[in-house]
Amino acid sequence: MNVLEFTVVVAIVSFVAGLLGSLTGLGGGVVLVPLLTIFFHVDIRYAIGASLVSVIATSSGAAASYVKEGFSNIRIGMFLEIATTFGALLGAFLATRIPTSALAIIFGAVLLYSAYVSRKPRTLAQRSLPPDPLATRLRLNGNFPDLEGRRSYNVQRVPTGFGLMFGAGTLSGLLGIGSGAVKVLAMDQAMQIPFKVSTTTSNFMIGVTAAASAGVYLSRGYVDPGLSMPVMLGVLAGSLLGSRILVKAETKSLRLVFSLVILVLGLQMLYNGIWGKI
Amino acid sequence: MPAAPAPARQPHPFQPQPWRDRRIEVILGNLLRTGVLVSAAVVLLGASIYLSRHAHDPADYRVFRGEPSEYRTIRGVIQSVIVGRGRGQGLIQLGLLLLIATPIARVAFSVVGFGIERDRLYVAFTLIVLAVLLYSLLGSGLGL
Repeated sequence: MNVLEFTVVVAIVSFVAGLLGSLTGLGGGVVLVPLLTIFFHVDIRYAIGASLVSVIATSSGAAASYVKEGFSNIRIGMFLEIATTFGALLGAFLATRIPTSALAIIFGAVLLYSAYVSRKPRTLAQRSLPPDPLATRLRLNGNFPDLEGRRSYNVQRVPTGFGLMFGAGTLSGLLGIGSGAVKVLAMDQAMQIPFKVSTTTSNFMIGVTAAASAGVYLSRGYVDPGLSMPVMLGVLAGSLLGSRILVKAETKSLRLVFSLVILVLGLQMLYNGIWGKI
Repeated sequence: MPAAPAPARQPHPFQPQPWRDRRIEVILGNLLRTGVLVSAAVVLLGASIYLSRHAHDPADYRVFRGEPSEYRTIRGVIQSVIVGRGRGQGLIQLGLLLLIATPIARVAFSVVGFGIERDRLYVAFTLIVLAVLLYSLLGSGLGL
């Protein structure tokens, strides 16, 4: 393939990944690295560098509209970003030290877990929980617009959530993804933050987390302009379009298809990693 | 599924929504959007130069070589844009650097926002995050 053909095909694939990721809420970055490595035979380190850059673009693009709607909780985001940015630095340094086959195996495991989380029925945050002393001290509790006025919520188990978000940041820096699946574990399940708030807040945080590892990647020469350009532009255009069209009725079957894709890619990454093909 | 208990809807006067000042929200949102659009435009400009010069070169990313130094330091990127050798790739990297800088600018502006609200705890938290980000960008050899 020459540069022109490669650029066009990668841009189209990235556009579709960004569109599906945005429509299903599962994020496009998670399928990009396996697609690039398995079908385009891109070295996994280049693929991670390009994916990381696209994650910053989609997060910042989407966060701009979420902030104005009043769902995202800036204090929760800022507090947990301490955990995710330190984690992201650790992840980026680890990525330069562990063999690529190990990266592929970890990536495969994360994909399988993401497919599992996306099929599990969403556990609703319990309502009317008593305020947690630490969350109150950190002023994490808040409220958000509901059908009838504003609904308030009390954040729970802050240390557990903080620890899990450190793990999410490490995975993000290690694999160049947004690691939405770990976020669900930390914010929705441990901290009992309502779904709408946790989703928009984590979207807000993902860009900052990715920026923390992107500097390390760029200076190590993992960010290739020729590869990152179509990936970043494609994913950005796809996710912006996805946030504008909301096909409510189709989302369910779309999610099923997309999680099957994630599952297959996860198995493929595990296979390639274990047999040393990556 | 058991019925969810009645939601608590009492107002929290002592727990205001972050950014009492709506202007901070608006500025933050615009900052992020502008940063993304400007960096995408710079990447697109670089892409047109890169593609016009290298369209028929072979594309091969099978073997990891690492980028040359002009595409991995801030100074190198700026020089390649000015001097013109590999200007297309240099412009793409410049756009990506602007993209990485966008969330960092967001965090820097949040320090000001929490400062205006006299929230010292969150000024401190935000400064920690800002320090990590600047360390990553400047301390890991990417510096000038």
